[in-house]
Amino acid sequence: MQAFAGVSLFSVFVLMALGLAIIFGQMGVINMAHGEFLTIGAYSTVMMSMLAEKFMPEFLPYYFIFAILVAFVVAFSIGYLVEFLMIRHLYRRPLDTLLATWGLSLIMQQIFRSAFGAREVSATLPDWLMGSWQPVEGVDIPLNGLFVLGLTILLSLAVFIFLFKSRWGLKVRATTQNRLMAGAVGISTPMVDRVTFALGCGIAGVAGAAFTTIASTGPTSGSLYIVDTFLVVVFGGAGSLLGTFASAFSIAQAQSVMEFFMSGSMAKVLTLLAVIIILMIRPEGLFSVKVRK
Amino acid sequence: MYFLDKARDALKRKRLVAALGASMLLGAVSTVSAATLPTAQVNTTGLAITDSTVKVGILHSTTGTMAISETGSVEAEKLAIDQINAMGGILGRKIEIIQEDGASDWPTFAEKAKKLLEKDQVAAVFGCWTSASRKAVLPVFENDNGLLYYPTFYEGLEESKNVFYTGQEATQQILAGLDWASKELGAKTFYLVGSDYIWPRTSMKIARKHIENVLKGTVVGEEYYPLGSTQFGSLINKIKLKKPDLVFGAVVGGSNVAWFKQLNAAGLTFKKQPMLTISVTEDEVLGIGGENVEGLYSSMMYFQSLDLPGNKKFVDAFKTKWGADSVIGDVTESGYLGPWLWLRAVEAAKSFDVDKVVAASPGIEWEDSPHGYLKVDKNHHLWMKTRIGEWQKDGQVKIVYESDVIKPDPFPAGYQ
Repeated sequence: MQAFAGVSLFSVFVLMALGLAIIFGQMGVINMAHGEFLTIGAYSTVMMSMLAEKFMPEFLPYYFIFAILVAFVVAFSIGYLVEFLMIRHLYRRPLDTLLATWGLSLIMQQIFRSAFGAREVSATLPDWLMGSWQPVEGVDIPLNGLFVLGLTILLSLAVFIFLFKSRWGLKVRATTQNRLMAGAVGISTPMVDRVTFALGCGIAGVAGAAFTTIASTGPTSGSLYIVDTFLVVVFGGAGSLLGTFASAFSIAQAQSVMEFFMSGSMAKVLTLLAVIIILMIRPEGLFSVKVRK
Repeated sequence: MYFLDKARDALKRKRLVAALGASMLLGAVSTVSAATLPTAQVNTTGLAITDSTVKVGILHSTTGTMAISETGSVEAEKLAIDQINAMGGILGRKIEIIQEDGASDWPTFAEKAKKLLEKDQVAAVFGCWTSASRKAVLPVFENDNGLLYYPTFYEGLEESKNVFYTGQEATQQILAGLDWASKELGAKTFYLVGSDYIWPRTSMKIARKHIENVLKGTVVGEEYYPLGSTQFGSLINKIKLKKPDLVFGAVVGGSNVAWFKQLNAAGLTFKKQPMLTISVTEDEVLGIGGENVEGLYSSMMYFQSLDLPGNKKFVDAFKTKWGADSVIGDVTESGYLGPWLWLRAVEAAKSFDVDKVVAASPGIEWEDSPHGYLKVDKNHHLWMKTRIGEWQKDGQVKIVYESDVIKPDPFPAGYQ
């Protein structure tokens, strides 16, 4: 049971960090508004749930799957727009990106607040997502945790196939490794940037949709995740997807094991301390990729 | 009964007000016109008062993290002020609101409080929500001799001449709840869970003393999670292993939602694992979802479903003004009390001067407030009842217990 708590935390970490790993890892853009893209996904899900409830109640058990797709599309489109309007002007100025995206996150939070109200909302969950599965008496595995785990595996597979097996992935990797050469052989690097960024945002949207099953949906919900997200990506070594997985796994296990033996606050402190010490020894993170910049 | 001699000293007035008590508060409101009480007489300290208007401040966060909680209080305060104006205002003067945004940032609260008191010269301020924001504005109110009505249930350990606390202090909320759990649920072992900041920590300290010294029970676990934590898997497992008779919780904000969603998903329904919380109101349930709190107990002074004539009127008026879907939580209702208590104190003092209003306040009673009888104590907190509500699937509670009227005790002896 406690093992599942760790695995569940691991899947949450991977899910929230995957989008950022692409944006920050592959493109080097520090996106402080990443949490708000999670929130976009969450609100899309809530909207879908409200629509389903109002117009076709018989559709309610299945809406969640569609809500995830909608969350992806909405977050993808907004990410696409943000890249076009803002990020692409800032590629050479990483520190300005940090400030600009942080500003963006504040703006987005206030937009959520004005549009959806300051109070938290909740999506109506289909029955198959509620409750727990009892393989043996006394062991309850939360269904929503299982669902998040399954989604994480699917999404990770999809991202791997996209990056390492598809034509687009090839272009993305080429651009990351050597932008000039990639441009010279005819890859439209600005377009690659835009789609990569939007893709990262879309994945964040999916994560946000999944998190409505286990956590809160409010204007500032996204900011609850941003610190952990960066922690996972930086600790894993920016630029390495495998590193992101390894780091999510080790942080999640360390934290859930320590939480079991001491209080939540203390476990968090010790986890952060361990991360700092390891980063002092290995500034590049767990897995570093040699990239020609 | 309104013809108090204005030359009487404050002490005598106080006694008289206390003696007149309920009778003078039952509806005999705003019968005095400005003509009988010239501004020079009701306002000797240069507040923003004319023959026909009086300015007050509302100071809450409408932006930032705390907006989620404070919105309800703003709505309730505005509703009360509207109703007072519709009845002819206060000492014949219409109330004008100056609203400032504390933006969930404590220094901003202090700055805006200063602006309201020094530049706008408001006669009273209704505002603040977190203890941190109240602590930030406290020196400003004491220094400028302002008047603050503070609506949140809080940890106690404070008593300022310039503040009236219209929510419950910790002992009112906690002790009645624990006594009930011990008696009705037969709880002997307790697990305390809270977010990691001053209010849950102080509350749990009081709870632990009460459990160990008075109820003779045992605390089998005490846990704090950082504000904003969203993963409670390990904690839930620990609770499953310890199997306490009662989990006593004070988790707040976004964490609150995650906590209950995960508890429910882990198969720890409240039938199997009774749980009493002091941090879940109708507002929170909106975000958590009624299906996730079914069977949970909350200890509060107010619930929207209270079957009282005062509450019916309040809920109807609130829904008319702010929409039929609005929900009303404990703190929202406390916000509603502020302007009415101020009105009663001003009418008793026949003056807007802060010193006179403060002096006239203790002893004020209100029979049919939305949560029933209440009385202002000389320690500036309220006498009131505490209720235990059992949450239903529709996001409302069934009241399962109601205490006697409890005296406020912000500095509880033996609990610190």
